Amino acid sequence: MTPSAPPPKARHWSWRSKAFRSVVYQLLAVAVVVALGAYLVHNTLLNMRVRGIQSGFDFITQPAGFSIGESVVPFDSAESYGKAFLVGLSNTLRVAIVGIVLATVLGTLIGIGRLSHNFLLRSLCGAYVELFRNVPLLLQLFIWYFVLTELLPPIETALQPVAGVYFSKNGLQYPIPVWSTGHWVTLAGVALGAVGAWLWIRSAKQHLFDTGRLRPMFWPGVAIVVAGGLLGWLAGGMPSGLDRPEKTELNVVGGGAVTPEFLTMLIGLTIYTASYIAEIVRGGIQAVPFGQHEAAAALGLSRNMEVRLVQLPQALRVIIPPLTSQYLNLTKNSSLAVAVGYPDLVSISNTSLNQTGRAIECIALVMACYLTLSLLTAAFMNAYNKRSLIKER
Amino acid sequence: MAAATTTFAPIASRPPPTAVKGPVAWLRDNLFDGWRNSLATVVVLAVLALALPPMIQWLLIKAVFVPDNAACRAAVEVGACWGVVAEKYRLILFGRYPYAEQWRPLLACVLLIGLLAASCYRPFWKRSLLLAWVVVLAAFFTLMFGGAFGLAPVETARWGGFPLTLLLSTISLVLAFPLAVMVALGRQSKMPGIRTLCVLYVELIRGVPLISVLFMASFMFPLFMPQGTTIDVLLRVLVGMTLFTGAYLAEVVRGGLQALPKGQVEAAQSLGLSDWQTTRKIVLPQALRLVVPAIMNTFIGAFKDTSLVTIVSLYDLTGALQLALGDADWRKFFLEGQLFVAAIYFVFCFAMSRYSRWIERHLNTGTRRQ
Repeated sequence: MTPSAPPPKARHWSWRSKAFRSVVYQLLAVAVVVALGAYLVHNTLLNMRVRGIQSGFDFITQPAGFSIGESVVPFDSAESYGKAFLVGLSNTLRVAIVGIVLATVLGTLIGIGRLSHNFLLRSLCGAYVELFRNVPLLLQLFIWYFVLTELLPPIETALQPVAGVYFSKNGLQYPIPVWSTGHWVTLAGVALGAVGAWLWIRSAKQHLFDTGRLRPMFWPGVAIVVAGGLLGWLAGGMPSGLDRPEKTELNVVGGGAVTPEFLTMLIGLTIYTASYIAEIVRGGIQAVPFGQHEAAAALGLSRNMEVRLVQLPQALRVIIPPLTSQYLNLTKNSSLAVAVGYPDLVSISNTSLNQTGRAIECIALVMACYLTLSLLTAAFMNAYNKRSLIKER
Repeated sequence: MAAATTTFAPIASRPPPTAVKGPVAWLRDNLFDGWRNSLATVVVLAVLALALPPMIQWLLIKAVFVPDNAACRAAVEVGACWGVVAEKYRLILFGRYPYAEQWRPLLACVLLIGLLAASCYRPFWKRSLLLAWVVVLAAFFTLMFGGAFGLAPVETARWGGFPLTLLLSTISLVLAFPLAVMVALGRQSKMPGIRTLCVLYVELIRGVPLISVLFMASFMFPLFMPQGTTIDVLLRVLVGMTLFTGAYLAEVVRGGLQALPKGQVEAAQSLGLSDWQTTRKIVLPQALRLVVPAIMNTFIGAFKDTSLVTIVSLYDLTGALQLALGDADWRKFFLEGQLFVAAIYFVFCFAMSRYSRWIERHLNTGTRRQ
């Protein structure tokens, strides 16, 4: 008997079939959403016409007419709203990036501290996490702002934690190096050192694969980079000029400075987010099964290699996805800057909104900026997840 | 072959183990386990010894507890002025609600907190709880609004303080819940049209900060409405918060749906249940039970996030505090007021996070191994 071909698929079409119903449901859902949207747009246009509200993005090119307290690039009130938005975005990114770096460091330390054998350290880190996670960020920002602008001494009697650094109600002033060509040479030295370190690690790996003998990789690599930088610095004529803030009778001038508003945002965001990161780090470390440690020990790996080659890669797989969403949260939370008067994207948009009355455009611009950041992060996350999936047979 | 003639000699007995129980052993294991640990202990103790006494001095010993402005001013920089709390607590807790009527928000809050606590108790998870919610919410709004049973009406513009915080967080979560379940189911659906709508909603909302949603609620919603209708700002903010919480909650529910083994749906289908029956009787009860701790965490988030309504000029707990400290005599004692409000938030959020952890351990004992 020859195997007969499968019978042709019978196509029953009916009004009650699942396929037909699903098309109806979808059309219905889309129609409802579109109708609702159209209704709202209709209302909005009507309202705007009645109230005489102008619309359109033409205001972007008009002069802003307000000055911005602090910015990465200089901003003048005669410049356009568009530039003001860019300055706001750069301020948001500035506080977010510095905050992310600091929160990661602090959060990792606290997270490891929570797993310490030391009872005091463990409890202290636990108290930190509970305390800062359970109080709203806005309240914490208000408290930090009060501390930084009311409780610190005035600038005439500024604190000097380190010589040359002034800490007062006016913010933090610190020395910065005077940029010269020598610094470029130093940077070139560091870059050359990095290439050298990469070559060293590559040859050490090749050696390991060829002979099975392990050569130190990490510390020599670091040494090569540092040596490259040092040689570059020497070759560049040892630039060491510092622009130190000078204290005059009423003020401190020169050097680098950050405002109390920036400091408030930075401290508040860092401390709040670090408490979340600490829990993520702790969870990630605890997620590595104890058997992995035993297996590594059975293979004769040193403690150092075990952490680097066995524990860390597995812990990072658990840690990184929630960590990225914390980074995103920190960036979104930086929008609370509007409450303490740090000129971030939201507060610039708010000022523009009040001046031009273009509520929809201003809010849409802000949302578009944050959405772009979110989508970029999501794209990165997807790429990472694909890469770090457990390779199964 | 000569037999080895060795006499039996027992090896010396080992010394008794050092104590493995008791305070000394505990100290050794937890505080002085190796030189690094000992060093950490000494450092932490030194820091505590430096930091704690001045803090206790400021917080308690030298603090002024009576609402006496002169005494507070005399103690500035030496002790805290809890007098500001004693003086202003009614304003901080109830905002601008009419002074004589403040028993109403108090009673409303007690009712709602009582119900929230009861909802945390598993034997109460029945249909009658739903009824209790309807009754209590009705009572809550009757008490707050007034205008019935001889209660004087109080417009929403005067609501504030803790009742507002509780109301915004609870109601936005309650309203967001059905929305979230629908969106989560839609996101899992095989119909591309519906799935796209749900993904768009969730990702759009989750991609922007709450504050921009609140600005939208306060500046743009009035434009959306048909001519001549004005919507109360409280309601607008509530809609904004519901939409915001809904997106996050939808992701939580989706997590529960994804965690459900596929076999459950297959089993239901092989029993001949319809799609709707499968979802309602098999999928949702199990998936929602899985995510109760995560829902709790979303609620904690919503509770903390309500503080943001201060920025759009609603006087919740945080906002009412700003109102209370508008008084020039007491403005100096801002920090004490903030700490008081922070303590209130802390007590509630901490209790909820403990509960969330406890329920996580006790809820899924059936499906968990060990």
